[in-house]
Amino acid sequence: MLDDFMTRAMLAGVGVAFAAAPLGCFVVWRRMAYFGDATAHAAILGVALSLALEVSVFAGAMAVALMMALTVTLLAGRGYAMDTLLGVLAHSALAFGLVAVSFLSGVRIDLMAYLFGDILAVSRTDLMVIWGGAALVVAMILWRWSALLTSTLNEELAYASGLNPKREQLILTVSLAIVVAVAIKVVGVLLIAALLIIPAAAARGLARTPEAMAVIAAAIGTISAIAGLQGAYIFDTPAGPSIVCVAAVLFAALNIIGWRSKSSA
Amino acid sequence: MSLISVKNLSVAYGANTVLRNVALHLDPGEIVTIVGPNGSGKTSLLRAIIGATALASGEITLQSGLKIGYVPQRLHIDPTLPITVERFMRLSNRESKAACKSALEAAGVPDLLKRQMSQLSGGQFQRVMLARALINRPDVLLLDEATQGLDQPGSAAFYQQIDAVRQDTGCAVLMISHELHVVMSASDRVICLNGHVCCEGAPAVVASAPEYRALFGTGTGGALALYRHDHDHDHDHDHDHDHDHNHSHAHSHEAAE
Repeated sequence: MLDDFMTRAMLAGVGVAFAAAPLGCFVVWRRMAYFGDATAHAAILGVALSLALEVSVFAGAMAVALMMALTVTLLAGRGYAMDTLLGVLAHSALAFGLVAVSFLSGVRIDLMAYLFGDILAVSRTDLMVIWGGAALVVAMILWRWSALLTSTLNEELAYASGLNPKREQLILTVSLAIVVAVAIKVVGVLLIAALLIIPAAAARGLARTPEAMAVIAAAIGTISAIAGLQGAYIFDTPAGPSIVCVAAVLFAALNIIGWRSKSSA
Repeated sequence: MSLISVKNLSVAYGANTVLRNVALHLDPGEIVTIVGPNGSGKTSLLRAIIGATALASGEITLQSGLKIGYVPQRLHIDPTLPITVERFMRLSNRESKAACKSALEAAGVPDLLKRQMSQLSGGQFQRVMLARALINRPDVLLLDEATQGLDQPGSAAFYQQIDAVRQDTGCAVLMISHELHVVMSASDRVICLNGHVCCEGAPAVVASAPEYRALFGTGTGGALALYRHDHDHDHDHDHDHDHDHNHSHAHSHEAAE
């Protein structure tokens, strides 16, 4: 079954969608959208470094994404506004990454594959890494679910309940780095944030509880991955962007339906 | 033994000392209110008690096994986060649905269980926060300006509810309030804070203390002081001196950077 490149691509897309859905909900609730984007952009530097040092791209991207996320968390609130800080760090990391790639004369690398993903070239090993990473992220978020929600609602409320909001923040940061690393192959660094945010945002109107929102986001992400790949196959379009396009269309459609049912009620 | 006992507490953010040598105690069943101008360290004191702020010095002792119910200052729930009252109340405890219902009844809002948090009015929202704090039958309620954003009848009704809760459950209450006229009638003891404890005691005693009058004005019994923002008081020369010291310290710190 795994001999078919389309099957492998779909499994990869669904794996990433599963991990991105619950994490994406927290990214939306905590207004970390730009934070996610910045972490993803930084990963291109990780790609360049791991190619130069001949280590796994997954490990390199994750390490740099994690360093980026931790640096932002440390520097936040020390003189610059959060979005300024993210703008400086994200684009610097992206630029340094692109420059670093140009030094790698020995290997010819397809930059586009890392910027926009190369889901049709997913190997069995990639698939194992993607599902392993996704399972780890989902397990961590499920384990800390109530604590993460309480910390997201209010920091003092979390402290008064005996939780440490800083530790919960760290769990989200680590999860974000893992998702970025496993999603590079699927949609590329430029579109990872879309996979986090769009399904979660699209699920908002359909959900009455946080849990429902995460489950619906996972469903929307899965549909986007499968339909996007089918579309890419039929219309011969790039696979990663096609997946994001389907998610965006679903987001728009659900909002229009919600808006119509509200105005008619 | 006191439920909460604070000794020689100092709290600092960087070079800025917001609390200095604060002592207070809370005994079973009593309602103690902390008053003080903006920036007097009221919220820092409450944050220190729940463990959200590191102490520069001093100690805070909680009776072992003490259960705290905390009602925060104007909590903002992001509109992208869907959550029902029931789910919110059961977030960090294992209480039953029946416990949720009775806590909501105790807080005076019995029928909100299935409502979205984002659809509640300001008064309903604060009562749900109170219900959440009551759900695991706390020994102490901590309220940080819980009536901020409510109109006068709303906040008066809220404080009556607090008093009713205290009489039903016997829990002690430690609260911060700006609403001096309410505070004076609802508290057993008042602590007047301005970086340090200016004065404390029964409401009538505090209201006539010169330190309190210097902070909150005279002649009106404090009722109008709310609107004055009279921060440049000079009742305490040592204290003003400390402020000057802090300012120069902060400047030299910035220069060093």
